[in-house]
Amino acid sequence: MKKIQDHYEVIVIGAGHAGIEAALAAARLGCRTLLATLSLDNLALMPCNPSIGGPAKGHLVREIDALGGQMGLAADKACLQMRLLNTGKGHAVHALRGQEDKAFYHTLMKETVEEQERLELKQLMIDRLIVEQGRVVGVEAESGELFGADCVILASGTYLRGAVICGQVRYECGPNGLRSARKLSASLQEAGVLLQRFKTGTPARLDAKSLDYAKMQIQEGDEEPRNFSFLSPALPRQQLPCWLTYTNEKTHKIVRDNLHLSGLFNGMVEGVGPRYCPSIESKLVRFASKERHQLFIEPEGRHTREMYVQGMSSSLPAQVQLEFLQTIPGLEHCRMMRAGYAIDYDCLDPLQLRPSLEHKSIEGLFSAGQSNGSSGYEEAAAQGLMAGINAARKLKGLPPCILRRDQAYIGVLIDDLVTKGTDEPYRMMTSRAEYRLLLRQDNADLRLTELGQRLGLVDEERYSLFTAKRTAVERALAMLAAINLSPDEETNAKLIALGSAPVKSGINMTELLRRKELSYQALAAAFSLPSLAPEVAEQAEIDIKYEGYIAKQKKEVERFLQLEDRLLPEDLDYKAIKELSSEAAEKLEKIRPRSLGQAGRISGVSPADVNVLLLTLEVRRRRQKEREDGV
Amino acid sequence: MTEKEKSRRNEKGDNIIEQDTISAVSTALGQGAVGIVRLSGPQALAVAEKLFRTPGGKTLQNFPPRRLTYGHIEDTDGTAVDEVLAVYMAAPRSYTGEAVVEFQCHGGTEALRKILALTYGAGARPAEPGEFTKRAFLNGRIELTQAEAVLASIAARSEAALKMAARQQKGELAACIRKWRQKLLDLIVHMEACIDYPEDDIEAVTYRQAGRVVAEVKQGLEELLSRARSGRLVQEGLPIAIVGRPNVGKSSLLNALLREERAIVSPIAGTTRDTIREQLLLAGVPLLLADTAGIRTTGDKVEQLGVERSLAALEQAQLVFCVLDIARELSAEDREVLAASAAKDRFIILNKADLPHVLKADEIKARCPAVAVLPFSATTGAGMEALEQALAAYVFGQEGRLSEGVYIQNGRQEALVRRACSSLREAGAAIAASLPYDCIEVDLREAAAALGAVSGQAVQAEVIDEIFARFCVGK
Repeated sequence: MKKIQDHYEVIVIGAGHAGIEAALAAARLGCRTLLATLSLDNLALMPCNPSIGGPAKGHLVREIDALGGQMGLAADKACLQMRLLNTGKGHAVHALRGQEDKAFYHTLMKETVEEQERLELKQLMIDRLIVEQGRVVGVEAESGELFGADCVILASGTYLRGAVICGQVRYECGPNGLRSARKLSASLQEAGVLLQRFKTGTPARLDAKSLDYAKMQIQEGDEEPRNFSFLSPALPRQQLPCWLTYTNEKTHKIVRDNLHLSGLFNGMVEGVGPRYCPSIESKLVRFASKERHQLFIEPEGRHTREMYVQGMSSSLPAQVQLEFLQTIPGLEHCRMMRAGYAIDYDCLDPLQLRPSLEHKSIEGLFSAGQSNGSSGYEEAAAQGLMAGINAARKLKGLPPCILRRDQAYIGVLIDDLVTKGTDEPYRMMTSRAEYRLLLRQDNADLRLTELGQRLGLVDEERYSLFTAKRTAVERALAMLAAINLSPDEETNAKLIALGSAPVKSGINMTELLRRKELSYQALAAAFSLPSLAPEVAEQAEIDIKYEGYIAKQKKEVERFLQLEDRLLPEDLDYKAIKELSSEAAEKLEKIRPRSLGQAGRISGVSPADVNVLLLTLEVRRRRQKEREDGV
Repeated sequence: MTEKEKSRRNEKGDNIIEQDTISAVSTALGQGAVGIVRLSGPQALAVAEKLFRTPGGKTLQNFPPRRLTYGHIEDTDGTAVDEVLAVYMAAPRSYTGEAVVEFQCHGGTEALRKILALTYGAGARPAEPGEFTKRAFLNGRIELTQAEAVLASIAARSEAALKMAARQQKGELAACIRKWRQKLLDLIVHMEACIDYPEDDIEAVTYRQAGRVVAEVKQGLEELLSRARSGRLVQEGLPIAIVGRPNVGKSSLLNALLREERAIVSPIAGTTRDTIREQLLLAGVPLLLADTAGIRTTGDKVEQLGVERSLAALEQAQLVFCVLDIARELSAEDREVLAASAAKDRFIILNKADLPHVLKADEIKARCPAVAVLPFSATTGAGMEALEQALAAYVFGQEGRLSEGVYIQNGRQEALVRRACSSLREAGAAIAASLPYDCIEVDLREAAAALGAVSGQAVQAEVIDEIFARFCVGK
């Protein structure tokens, strides 16, 4: 028996977006934590797009931030360009997206991790998970070192048996030429973990000096400074532009002529890829009639000339990639610094996990991020945060923190993964959230800061900012409700000047603000209202303008909670409930949902089955009561 | 139930899963002397107060609970609909354990239907079959010893309902709803794509375009509702007359169908002197079973009256169960019955199949036109399954039998289509006011979810009561 080198309360395998949030959360919650990464030079690596946020993903970042996570703060500091997308489609879907300086993001995160108390950072290739009697007890590194652990959080990204495919070439490798974790998969399987194989890909990187910007459309950042983090000061930043250009018939012909050389079509890619992030090969095959596809050229950092070619992910041979890129306006003379590639990797079937992200049959093993079949930095970070929180809570003997679908996108994400599973890399989208109008990115702090504080991750500064905002919004609403305008000439002249209809009878300021064309700012100027901080005015405006729809969704949530709050006993023997359909019994036995609500979301479990469970619970409850009364 | 009561019940760990107030006619539909409309749920009293007026102008609340109060039901415009006796039972002292109000009305179908519709308008929703019983169970009003029986019955009925739903899937209504839902989904998907992929090359959805789709779907659904046979099918049911010569086992057949002793069964010919009406729910369609007195020439005056009524019931029926005795040759009376029902859609039921067969199903089939000829034993229950299958095939399987074109089959479907329409109305208003996509989507998704629930396509987590199997409503 080898000697244990050291013992930690929590060991995190992988220092990507999931691993970092997990390790920081665990350490901040008081656990002695080890963060193991196979390369200390690549913490918080962004191996694909140089951006964070966007629809649903920006929501996730804000939620992570409200709960005391790190992603938002780092993304604000490393930001090269910030844009608020979807501004014309309603507040619920406003989406903040930052172009990021990859190297700086890494530096910032590495510094944060290194400075974190109780957190140790080590370069280690973890080969083996040590499980004894269904409980994780430690890990073994390639070096032969053994580390004991009470909890292990797997955040292995795309490194598990990672294999890169570029045209006819396939080799074992992680992203960006990093090593792949070759042995850990087998050890996980031996411990009883079910794995599946997914695929993802990334486009080429071009030399900024070789591009003709005159032939592309410039995409500037927003003038108004915005941040992901509710802590970051709203200061103007020096922004870098992105560039828009399009493919054409020539591009398509080259891709089509070489399809047989693509890893995707020559059988070299083993994993299932995401539909929402198709390679240019897939786009041309699936949407053959589309005449052109757009692509964005995005900077990878302030101190590099590498440019990312968004929309042109490919696993065609490098020379073919260069050839088709050079048919595109602006890229005619481009020099390719890195070729695009596809990558295959092992990940867990997330149906094995509890909503706490702990493995159902291996106690103390948590998993987060791409190792759970998700895709995206933000999805990974969100799961990492929750896995870190829940590992720490487990060690303290506290119940897990499980965000519900009506509380956070994080809740939707994790619930989808552990309830429905996924057969392609899972990406968050706003349309997955049933209560989208309530889960806005502008109110993530109002939704979650209090919870973060109870969990122990929100510091005083964040908490007082939150309470100040909440109070200010309440005051603003009360102030508006107290102002009544008489239908006199002065009022109507002002309304007409604001492009709004005059009034015949007295009107309340709240009612006026309900009008689509009137903003708080406009009313404040015309009727000398006090000036409000922009985020306060925004909340008050949304509260008023969306009132009816918010009420509708709250009603839906009420219904939803009726089932969500009904927990299913862990020891329920579904096979013994003969009234369940056999498919439902089998699925329920496998997934063992936490609540009736979760049970109802499992495919194959019908509303009738849910009713059977509901009544079975009632029978159990009464039996138990009878027994107790009988004693 | 007041908020206070609610929280108290919560602490006790009692079930308070239901927040909706439901209503249904809880007596057999048809021409009974008295019909009862039952409301159950937290808003039962509030809903009742909107409709019920006493001569003294007092509200129901002012009378002691569990006592009959005379008054009348008023329409929304103040016209009296019917004289009724109302009774309020406060939670938990009622059948369901919830607040319950019952209106005892005159038994005419028209008045009952109107009152029921008024309760919907006042905030109740149609009760699902078996829902009163389910609530009673969850609220501890049914003993634990009966729990298993309730559970088993739910499961069996769920299964039957699922099978029925699968059959309905193939029907014209399902196809029609699917078509409208698909149109809506196309719009939703387009808008969602624009939302989740704002920078992709996707043509924006214009308000005009969205408004057109919403208006078209809404109009389609409204037409469906206006053509709805549901009025007749759900509220009046499919009238079936059970006919046959005396003592051939008509009442036994009815009892076997209802699985309870309702009609008095005796071996003395002519026991059923009047027409007994019962209802049985088949996938939401109430089958109105009229057990007739035997049809025969008789000197007994009372029985003669019964015979006349039997003939009237036969006349009114849409489907006839013509019962013969398989153990005997056809008598003159049997032939009379066969002749009298020849013009009707009918099932010829060869009862007493447990005895040696004298009649042959094939021969009967060849000689007498019938939808189905079914051997059956009211004594052993043999042939019940085949009978139920034949009924289901008759109701759902053959297009155009019950109506021309597409019809809504039951209250649940109608309520869902109405919900979809109302969501679409709101979506239309939101579009007209150029509200942002995120708001419009709330209404559109609600409408699509409701339509999905009709054809069993989307299993929405919140629609837990969707397919609760077929309990007899209000029993």
